[in-house]
Amino acid sequence: MTPLAVAPALPLHSAGKYVAGAYIVFVAVILIYVMIMAVRLGRTERALVELNRDVALREEASGDPQEATPAL
Amino acid sequence: MPTYGKGLRVLSILTLTTITAALILVFFYAPLDTDQGFIQKIFYIHVPLAIVSLCGFVLGGVFGALHLRTGDRRYDMRSYVTIHMSLIFGVAALISGSIWAKASWGHWWVWDDPTLVSYLIVVLMFATYTPFRFSIEDPERQARYASVFAILSGAFVPLNFIAVRAAQGLVHPRVLTVSGGNLPGPMLLTFLVSLLGIALLYTTLCKYEMAAKNARIQLRVLRRRLLGDEDISPLQRSAAPSL
Repeated sequence: MTPLAVAPALPLHSAGKYVAGAYIVFVAVILIYVMIMAVRLGRTERALVELNRDVALREEASGDPQEATPAL
Repeated sequence: MPTYGKGLRVLSILTLTTITAALILVFFYAPLDTDQGFIQKIFYIHVPLAIVSLCGFVLGGVFGALHLRTGDRRYDMRSYVTIHMSLIFGVAALISGSIWAKASWGHWWVWDDPTLVSYLIVVLMFATYTPFRFSIEDPERQARYASVFAILSGAFVPLNFIAVRAAQGLVHPRVLTVSGGNLPGPMLLTFLVSLLGIALLYTTLCKYEMAAKNARIQLRVLRRRLLGDEDISPLQRSAAPSL
C-alpha cells in the first residue's frame, strides 16, 4: 500500500470518475430514501381515501348524513 | 397531537440552497490539493457525511436518555428516526470513503487503519438497532430497551473517536484538529459550507420522516375512533415506535 503522503495525484481523466462516483452514490442514497418515503406516502393517502369512504358509508347507513371534511 | 412538519418547507429550501452553494464552492472555488489533486474533492462529501452520522448516533442516545427520564414516547420516535437517518448517512459515508480509498491508496478497504475499522464497527453496531427493536413485540418494552441500547451505543461513539485519535501510525490524514487544522482558508470555508449543507439535509430528512410516521399513526388513531376497534385489523409487529 502506498502511504498517502507520497501518493501521486491522479490525472483528471482518472480522478473524475471516482469523484463522480462518490457524489453519485450520495445522490443515489438520498433518492432511494425519498422514493421509499414517496411509496409510504402513497400508502397513507390510500388509507385516508379508504377512511373517507368508510365514514361516508357509515353516515349513509345511519341516515344521518353530515358534511364530511374533504381530505386534500 | 404532536406535529413534526412545522417549518419543513423553510428548512427544505435552506437545505437545497446550502447544498447548491457547497457544490459550487467544491467545484469552482476550492483549490486543487497539491498531493491528491482532483480526487480530494471527495473529502467535501465524505467527511461531512461521516461527522453528521456520528453526531446523529450520539443524538439518538441523548433522545433515548430523555425518553427514559421523561417517559415521553416522542423522544423514542426522535431517537429511532435520528439513528435510522444516521445509518443511511453512515452507509453513504462508507461507500464514498471506499471510492476515495480506491483512488488514493489503490484499495477499496484497508483493514489496518483504525479510523476506517472503528467507523465500520459503529455503523454495524447501529445496524442491529432496528432488528433489535423488531425482536421485541410489546411497544412499551421495545421503546425502553431501545432507549437503553441507544444510550450505550451513543456513549460508545465519542469513546471510540477518542481512542482512534490517540492511536499511532495512522494512514488516515488528520486535517481537522483542536489547534485549528491544516486546511487552507478556501478549503476550510468550502468544507464548513458542505458540513452545514449535510447537517441541514440530515435535519430536513429527520423531520420529514417524523412527520410521515406521525401522520400514519394519527390516521390509525382517527380510524379507530371513527370506526371502532372491531373494524381495525390488529397492529402488525413493527420496529417503528408507536405514540
